[in-house]
Amino acid sequence: MNKLNARMRRVMTAPFAVWMAIFVVVPIALVLYYAFTDANGSFTASNITSIWEYRGTYLISIELALTATVICLLLAYPLAYSISKMKARRQQTMVLLVMLPMWMNFLIRTYAWMTILEDTGLINTLVKFLLSLVGYEFEGFSMINTNGAIILGMVYNFLPYMILPIYTVLTKIDKNVIEAARDLGANGFQIFTKVLLPQSIPGIISGITMVFVPAVSTFVISKLLGGGMTYLIGDIIENYFLGNTGEVNYNVGAALSLVLMVLILISMGIMNHFDEDDETNGGRVI
Amino acid sequence: MKKAILFLLAVCLLLNAGSLSVFAAPKKTVLNVYNWGEYIDQSILDLFEEEYPDISVNYTTYDSNEAMYSKIVSGAASYDIVIPSDYMISKLIAEDMLAELNFDNIPNFANVGDAYKSREHDPENKYSVPYFWGTVVIIYNTKYVAPEDAAAQSIDLLWNEKYAGKILMFDNPRDAFGLALTKLGYSMNSENEKEWQEAAKLLSEQKPLVQAYVMDAIFDKMEAEEAWIAPYYAGDALVIQESNPDVDYYMPVEGTNFFFDSMCVLKTSENKEAAETFINFMCRPDIAAMNAEYVGYATPVTPAMDLLDPEITENKIVYPDEDYLLQNTEVFANLSNKTLMLQSTLWTSLKIESSENGESTLPVNGVDLFCIAVVVLGVGSGIYFGIRSKRRKKLWTS
Repeated sequence: MNKLNARMRRVMTAPFAVWMAIFVVVPIALVLYYAFTDANGSFTASNITSIWEYRGTYLISIELALTATVICLLLAYPLAYSISKMKARRQQTMVLLVMLPMWMNFLIRTYAWMTILEDTGLINTLVKFLLSLVGYEFEGFSMINTNGAIILGMVYNFLPYMILPIYTVLTKIDKNVIEAARDLGANGFQIFTKVLLPQSIPGIISGITMVFVPAVSTFVISKLLGGGMTYLIGDIIENYFLGNTGEVNYNVGAALSLVLMVLILISMGIMNHFDEDDETNGGRVI
Repeated sequence: MKKAILFLLAVCLLLNAGSLSVFAAPKKTVLNVYNWGEYIDQSILDLFEEEYPDISVNYTTYDSNEAMYSKIVSGAASYDIVIPSDYMISKLIAEDMLAELNFDNIPNFANVGDAYKSREHDPENKYSVPYFWGTVVIIYNTKYVAPEDAAAQSIDLLWNEKYAGKILMFDNPRDAFGLALTKLGYSMNSENEKEWQEAAKLLSEQKPLVQAYVMDAIFDKMEAEEAWIAPYYAGDALVIQESNPDVDYYMPVEGTNFFFDSMCVLKTSENKEAAETFINFMCRPDIAAMNAEYVGYATPVTPAMDLLDPEITENKIVYPDEDYLLQNTEVFANLSNKTLMLQSTLWTSLKIESSENGESTLPVNGVDLFCIAVVVLGVGSGIYFGIRSKRRKKLWTS
């Protein structure tokens, strides 16, 4: 019986293993190859060292992505908590509502924000109109084409990826534990810091990863909502691969992505240490 | 046994014959056309498929010559017809990627005006048939831009501080540097590093005034009056004016870019004849007129001009005098690799510049320090947690 199970398992995982090999391992190997070779295919480390000039761009990308991640976390946690406290029926509806925007194309959603935030956009027109009713002439907020707009785009697009894992973890917490804490004299704040938060860390960590990783490498949001004024690291990688600036250079592009990948891996490694004690909960995503 | 084999053979033959004539429709040739976005009257494709039922067109678009180039170089997809601009055509010719056309299959080429044949990008006119041509103009909104500022008809309007935050700029280094180089009085095809550096300086001076670097988003932003001034292609200016009559445009007195987009067949094409049929179809006066009316660019098919609204053909900006074109405009030539690299570096640093000096909340000079701090912190905390978790495991096991 056991033997059959093991064989079954191997057969069942084979398609996935093949998939991973073709679409994950091979591309990473290609990135590695390009990052350490020059145009003629001979070994060089100059691609990696030339990246130093883009440190400012890395910083800006990380800074924006981190800000977006923190905002997502602050928004998502209370929401996920209150959803997890609702009746089962209600919970389903709420989760559906959280996922609803994801049924629409990512680009269209971002374009929509463009028309909302513009100087002649929805918000400004509305505010100007309302203020003109009371006889006040208002110049309008300038929101589009700023870093703030980029962060907003990231938060809006990636928020569901933060809500869902936290919600899942919170629903799994045994209510008796909270009651026990209350019996033992813990107040609301203590219950949160000593019981809820530690138990929801796996969800928080996978939420952070799922928001931070796409946010740090995005290039569409910065182009549409940032007006092409700020280059994020994703924009530069795109330029090197598509040659939008007149120079196609897979090698530097690959080196840039490699460094980004390593940075993400390091930060995830650090975060997974916070998670160490909770392995039994199976909350680890990566 | 023999009988059985014979029978089998007969069945095979029958099936084969059947699949050829009765059961399956005639096999269609799929023609892959790769063109700029918003650059064709889509109903022309239907007309073409109606007229040539054995060819079906697979139409896809790109939004810059460079994007098209890297796509065909990477071999990710195979295309038959591409419609790149002049400098890209000369680059493709130099790299031996275009097929020589058989003009016997393109009798309508005779309709193309002599002024558009054998230009700089394809001197012997062996590889390309012009699709549209046009110029870069300055578009502005008469409601917001003072008449005296526009009256000068100069590129300087794009650098006018009065309109800071309402100016759009090309998100494409070739066009952006072309404007800056022309403003400085240099050639757009300059190979002189000093001139490019000067142009880069000019562009970074302009940056604080620029609302956004965009390409096709220019349509929406100019039509909605989100922006007031933008350089763009003459045909598109016409389209924008159609939906917002307050928009006007002029050709800068300093000179401007004269561009061609021409239909070419790639060497890798397996349907060269079908491709030539398509090119021939596009050069038919009625089709060319229909397309020009929709797209708004100037057609090189001279007989088509008679079919167009005279209001358009008499528009000196869409159809400028040939003398003007020869004296005041410049066609992009293919730049040397060295200059292309320089262009790429200068453009990237123009874009990065803002992210360092702009709205960042971090002190600029502390960037290096911050980098080091992050690395130290990362490694440090990694080691700390590593040790801690090991120690804890020991405690538990002992």
